[in-house]
Amino acid sequence: MDFLDSFLARATLAGLGVALAAAPLGCFVVWRRMAYFGEATAHASILGIALALSFSTSIFGGVLVVALLMGWMVSTLSGRGYAMDTLLGVMAHSALAIGLVAVSFLQGVRIDLMAYLFGDILAVSRLDLAVIWGGAALVMLMLWWRWSALLTATLSPDLAFAAGIEPRREQMVLTIALALVVAVAIKVVGVLLIAALLIIPAAAARPFARTPERMAIIAAGIGGFSALAGLRAAYIFDTPTGPTIVCVAAACFALGSLLNLLREPITG
Amino acid sequence: MSLISAKNISVRRGKAPVLQNVTLEINAGEIVTIVGPNGSGKSTLLRAFIGAEQPYEGTLTRQDNLRIGYVPQKLHIDATLPMSVSRFLSLPTKVSKETADAALAQAGVSTLAKRQMSDLSGGQFQRVLLARALLGKPELLILDEATQGLDQPGSAAFYRQIERLRETLGCAVLMVSHELHVVMAASDRVICLNGHVCCEGAPEVVASAPEYRALFGSGTQGALALYRHDHDHHHHHHGHSHDHNETEDA
Repeated sequence: MDFLDSFLARATLAGLGVALAAAPLGCFVVWRRMAYFGEATAHASILGIALALSFSTSIFGGVLVVALLMGWMVSTLSGRGYAMDTLLGVMAHSALAIGLVAVSFLQGVRIDLMAYLFGDILAVSRLDLAVIWGGAALVMLMLWWRWSALLTATLSPDLAFAAGIEPRREQMVLTIALALVVAVAIKVVGVLLIAALLIIPAAAARPFARTPERMAIIAAGIGGFSALAGLRAAYIFDTPTGPTIVCVAAACFALGSLLNLLREPITG
Repeated sequence: MSLISAKNISVRRGKAPVLQNVTLEINAGEIVTIVGPNGSGKSTLLRAFIGAEQPYEGTLTRQDNLRIGYVPQKLHIDATLPMSVSRFLSLPTKVSKETADAALAQAGVSTLAKRQMSDLSGGQFQRVLLARALLGKPELLILDEATQGLDQPGSAAFYRQIERLRETLGCAVLMVSHELHVVMAASDRVICLNGHVCCEGAPEVVASAPEYRALFGSGTQGALALYRHDHDHHHHHHGHSHDHNETEDA
């Protein structure tokens, strides 16, 4: 029997793939204070799902397009009279609402909204798995390739300019990577919890890292562990899988913060 | 030939013009200071020089393959971003430990390589920024109010370091500062900027120029005299703490 015939094996690989790509990207989301941006992109993807269903194209494609559009709109609109968090608040919730309304218009299509909102990792097919690993590998490759430039642009746009790096280009790389992660993560944790996979492992890794690279590697470890342990726990306790994965990540964060508190007592 | 030259450049920020018709040259090995009130376009001019702002008029010419070291006005490193001093120096280009240590020593902070950037004092932080700017063996060092947040002895020490670097490395230095009394003494040329070049020349010439006085008033002159009396390290003119403009002949 083929290893991939087991739905649990496919689920495990899918979870691992998404977690390993999301965690290092999540570090940039945390460093650049883009948490809400990730959230907005994820929420917008429900609109992508509605569009994909109404045009009978692949969910992955629909979500990718809408997520890219969202990123492009936010970066064009920012700095034009609205604070970034206000703008993202408007965009995130409008996109989610419009998406939910659009889904209700779809006639003759019975869709399981819960599966898109919270993920359906146990139903991952071989094709899904290929898409997930393809997207995840692409994201990891992009981060690897642009790492130094991304980091410099994150630190200071002016330092980047002085070193011949174009910060807007690096922002674009991150937007594309984010759209890819959102598109591949929907099946695993769903629209509402994608941001958690980005942010929580990175935040949990912070106290244990002294360099950015170390933080990304630790975050990837925590993300991968959360996926594996979450799947196992969901199987044992018969709980929803996506939320269980996020719960494990949250537990890692809590444990890390606690250890950090014990390690260095708070000083004035 | 000059390292970098701006010819009648005008720069906008959003829709508002910040710089108009600025013409300026930096030659090899000289220390040039730009002074001007808040909002006079000093930082914008430096950012145009490093390529972060595009002039919509005029031409900006850099010598081919000009190596620029840039020390920004301030750098905020987010608390979520772990960054050791040695990792910071290797951004974006990896440098060897020897090169990094040498740059730190040149900037006067040789013992900090393993520290976290967030644990440094203001003065140490600025010197690490300086060390990073020195890594590329710059022909032109650009400093944007690099001593912001340092106390007067601290910034005086920082600028003395810059002077020493100019002597050892032979690089030109272009800097912006509010602290006229500290900076002007060390400069070969001072440019007074207020959206356009008001006046330029040797420090004592600019300090007595009516355009300069119109911008900074006479209060600054008092501070200048006071500083020279208390802190001047050249010791060429003891006892001249009057409010006329004493020539710095160092």
